[in-house]
Amino acid sequence: MFGLKADACSIPMPEVYYGLDDYAKSTARWCPGCGGHSILAAVHKVCKDKQYPPEKTVCVSGIGCSSRFPHYMGTYGFHGLHGRAFPVACGVKFRRPDLHLFVITGDGDCCSIGAGHWVHAIRYNMKMVVLLFDNGIYGLTKKQTSPTSALGTHSNTHPRGSVVPPINPLQTTLGFANVSFVAQTTDWHPAHLQATIRKAADHPGLAFVRIVQRCPMYMKDLYGDMAADPNSLVLLNHDQGIELDPAIAKTFKRNLDHDPADLRAAREVAEIHDGIPVGLLYQNTENMRYDDYGAHNLGMSVDEKSKAVDALLERYTI
Amino acid sequence: MDKHALDVLNTTNGKGTSQRKKIDQAIVEIVSDSGEGAQKCGQSLGQISAKMGNGVWTVEIIPAEIQPPARSREGASGIRVRFGAKKITNMGDHAGLVVALNEQVLYGRLRQNAYKQGTILLIENKWASDENPEIRRQYAEALTEFKAEGFDVREIPMETECLKLVMDARKGKNMWVLGMLCYIYDRDVEIAEKQIHQTFRKKSQKVIDVNIDLLHAGYHYAKENLDFCYEIPPMKVSDEQVVMNGNEALSLGIMAAGIELCSMYPITPATSASHHLAEHFEKVGGVVHQAEDEIAAIGFAVGAAYAGKTTVTITSGPGIALKTEFIGLAVMAEVPLVIIDVQRGGPSTGLPTKVEQSDLTAAIMGQTGDVPKIVLAAATIEECFHFVILARKLAEAFRTPVFLLSDANLATGVQPFKRPKVNPDWFALPIDLSPWKEGIRAFDWSPETGISKRPIPGQKGGMYTLTGLAHDENSKVAYEPEINQRSSEARSRKFAAFQKTLKPPTIHGDPEGDLLVVGWGSTLGAIDEGIEMAREEGLKVSSIHLRFLFPFEPGLADIFKRFKKVMTIEINYSDTVGDPMITEENRRYSQLAWQLRARTLVDIDCAGNVYGQPLGPGQVLEIIKKQLA
Repeated sequence: MFGLKADACSIPMPEVYYGLDDYAKSTARWCPGCGGHSILAAVHKVCKDKQYPPEKTVCVSGIGCSSRFPHYMGTYGFHGLHGRAFPVACGVKFRRPDLHLFVITGDGDCCSIGAGHWVHAIRYNMKMVVLLFDNGIYGLTKKQTSPTSALGTHSNTHPRGSVVPPINPLQTTLGFANVSFVAQTTDWHPAHLQATIRKAADHPGLAFVRIVQRCPMYMKDLYGDMAADPNSLVLLNHDQGIELDPAIAKTFKRNLDHDPADLRAAREVAEIHDGIPVGLLYQNTENMRYDDYGAHNLGMSVDEKSKAVDALLERYTI
Repeated sequence: MDKHALDVLNTTNGKGTSQRKKIDQAIVEIVSDSGEGAQKCGQSLGQISAKMGNGVWTVEIIPAEIQPPARSREGASGIRVRFGAKKITNMGDHAGLVVALNEQVLYGRLRQNAYKQGTILLIENKWASDENPEIRRQYAEALTEFKAEGFDVREIPMETECLKLVMDARKGKNMWVLGMLCYIYDRDVEIAEKQIHQTFRKKSQKVIDVNIDLLHAGYHYAKENLDFCYEIPPMKVSDEQVVMNGNEALSLGIMAAGIELCSMYPITPATSASHHLAEHFEKVGGVVHQAEDEIAAIGFAVGAAYAGKTTVTITSGPGIALKTEFIGLAVMAEVPLVIIDVQRGGPSTGLPTKVEQSDLTAAIMGQTGDVPKIVLAAATIEECFHFVILARKLAEAFRTPVFLLSDANLATGVQPFKRPKVNPDWFALPIDLSPWKEGIRAFDWSPETGISKRPIPGQKGGMYTLTGLAHDENSKVAYEPEINQRSSEARSRKFAAFQKTLKPPTIHGDPEGDLLVVGWGSTLGAIDEGIEMAREEGLKVSSIHLRFLFPFEPGLADIFKRFKKVMTIEINYSDTVGDPMITEENRRYSQLAWQLRARTLVDIDCAGNVYGQPLGPGQVLEIIKKQLA
């Protein structure tokens, strides 16, 4: 009819369409006002936008407040050991190129007890989104100093103020071999948070996102004022950076042009202290990926394997 | 046979007696400083003997340091080869002949009681004319001492003879020695030549030729100058045989088990299995992951296993210590995983290159909380191969980590065994990825067996979050105490169900008597041979050897009842009875004895030591006699 084939008019529809509910599970048990809630909502949204099949999506975490995250997802999850989210996630991904991976870790989990794995996970550069929930304090165990606590932070382990300078997770990650993606965002700017996680999910390698997070229970004063002050965030601008709706981008009072291909400049951005730089600090899509190596010889048949083992045994036959 | 070899064989005897003395077995050692190729020489002798149809066992003598100072007494590096007309299952007791590239390294072995009166010592004599007077003095002093102790000392001009063929005798002396041994023990020169071709296959033809010349020179020298030589008839074997060491058997077992990922961190004495695997794993579609540490190695394996991959992690004592928390998680979350522990001396860094069977308790109960899991121990090199296949199947069938224990003695020991027939079932994939059946929960523990089916990422409808926290059937974090009790029962019940499938162990010897010896792991050959020796002396002794350490094979208490005494012999620590400080109340037992006492309520004695040496049959006989005295 009208010279058109019937199926040329139809809009292709996926067989299954996943809604936000498909990614949600039980109600999150974080404290009211915890930054975790908005990060969870952002991950749900990105999964839905990208239509990740829930059965092909895996959230791996360690231990801590943040690491409860997989229990609140309708996907597969792995809530493992303190500090060990990285080795588990790397093991999941190594021979499973079909899975979408999120690693959820906190400042204690990643930068203290699991710091050794942090170095090497960055170096392996397997495709996964790493979300560092950094609230600068241990929450689950009730207010102890974290490796990212600012000097002088009063906690139950340092009642007169912490005495050792903190780790800067951005600067540290930028110093690891084979680093390929480092971004920063905050829990209180949902649009930027979502856009950053979306960019991370598109990255061909390990995308490390530090999320500056509020802890209303133990660190009320840390970001409380900043969240209300539009001058506290410094938006990193670049056409290769985090894509924001121009109307939203306009709401940022402070802007900085930054080329994410420039590692040296990224390190300077990581050292900004009179505000929180948000955006993409560094990206390199060309880096070697260890998951490519891991999956390079998948799919050998039983017959091929039997023959290969038999040939090896033949070498030892007398 | 090439012309040269024929020439050698046709040469008439010089000084040597042409009459070969028929013997049914020989124990030979080659000892030297590290890096002089003694091990290659002994391995070649073992291979040649196996190919000639002899029973063979070789065991490496390894110093703890990579490069100990030359001519040091602790630095003895080398190898023992025991071969004979019957199947050889252990390293035996005292060597009958020793080739020493310097006299000092012999002291280390003497201290370990490796030789006896009459042992022939063939000693490099270049030290007699060394430019350093201190070395000349040491050499003369040592020889006097050795002669006084009753050894048959022969000075051999190895260096001088080798220098006739090569510029640097350090390279090649080992093949000259091999030639000498080939003459002494009537080894087939043609097979020896092939062995050299195999050993140096990656080197140039020139290197191969020189080494073959050295072999012939050594052979010729022995023929002209030695007044003794032997003949060892082959044994009758109808099955095709393979010959390899225990770590190679583990590696081949991993490949034959259909395992596709080995996640490891370097540690002695386990690492050589990973080296072998790294070389060949590719051919069966597998990958070795060298992790950043022991914890990451098992974490990676657990992650891959959770994602449906067949996985092994391999390590030794200190590595097991570091892996503890992840092993607990694998038990709690029921992750199928094979954990291989090639045991060494402990505790802590301990004796990295020496044998010990002291990780048993750690394997069975070494994690916090209640941590049931299957623990297997290979007793032979052949079992190193087959038990990996078994371990993988058990891990999947019972949704559990499975420990496979080997040790430093099996790792470097070489023994021929029946060539395995490859079975395609070994490579079956662990899971089917069809949609998960509705209504089945992530941990749907069977009330009878405790066993549940596991969902794998990628399976529609199976989504769950694995957790190390106490959890219910849906893997939901449990806040009610009742759930933790119920889930712990399910995890424990699996192994009771598994135990029902096992058979009681076979008794070596009569089913009743005065003494039953219980062993496990690499001591099988020595214990069996020691039992034979005791029975020949009329002692009423039998033995059983356990392969399943958790759960135990059934029927143990019934077997024990039929013997007046029961004891274990193990290579791990136990307090010495008779020590005035040791009482019935504070005595610490060897590890298997401890387990057996707790689980059978039989008053089981034990003999255990931590000298770091493999067990010899003579030692077993001595222990038995003492026990029955």
